[in-house]
Amino acid sequence: MISLTHDSIDYHGLTESVRSSQSGAVVLFLGTVRELTRGRRTVALDYEGYPQMAEVKLRELEAAARSRWPVEHVGIVHRLGHLELGDISVAVAVSSPHRQQAFEAGKFLIDELKVSVPIWKKENWDDGTTEWVHPGVEMSRPD
Amino acid sequence: MLSVKLFARARDLAGSPIIQIPWSDGLTVASLKQRLGELHPAVLPLVPRLLVAVNNDYAGDSTIVKVTDEVACFPPVSGG
Repeated sequence: MISLTHDSIDYHGLTESVRSSQSGAVVLFLGTVRELTRGRRTVALDYEGYPQMAEVKLRELEAAARSRWPVEHVGIVHRLGHLELGDISVAVAVSSPHRQQAFEAGKFLIDELKVSVPIWKKENWDDGTTEWVHPGVEMSRPD
Repeated sequence: MLSVKLFARARDLAGSPIIQIPWSDGLTVASLKQRLGELHPAVLPLVPRLLVAVNNDYAGDSTIVKVTDEVACFPPVSGG
């Protein structure tokens, strides 16, 4: 299951959705809103996506994972909108016959999601400023 | 005219989530970036790092863009 949502992520339901009697291993990754980034304090993050392309890219990542590991089921949900500290921004659940495959496929999926799926986060710093996070782009000017 | 969707800082700098760019057959992604910078100078500093998507896939500078294509421009992604 691949989806984008503005609601809280039901990671328990997502995990159940990838379980099966063929899978000896289930791995769940949760990305959560962190307070400190290089010493600066975050109060919230705003996530924006390009939904139709994001879903296409997530499906391509699932297909790539399936071509490399004997994955049984994949579930990926990314949240969009305003998230507070500790909120879950992304959940990736993978099941496979053995644990190494599930760990490797899960790591591949979250690592690739972060570099190829068109979703962006905007920092809301504790000094009241906001700043889009665009890796490799000058970060000094506030938006 | 070519409709181009903008996201994140690119949209903020241009002041609009979708812009129209005068277009003709045979123009490429490189032409698109150049025209975007000319029409929206505020976006110019970001242009060298902009990613261009054509029909929901990343497209290199030499890709030819048609007015009927679904086109988007945005800075590097930061999901997760």
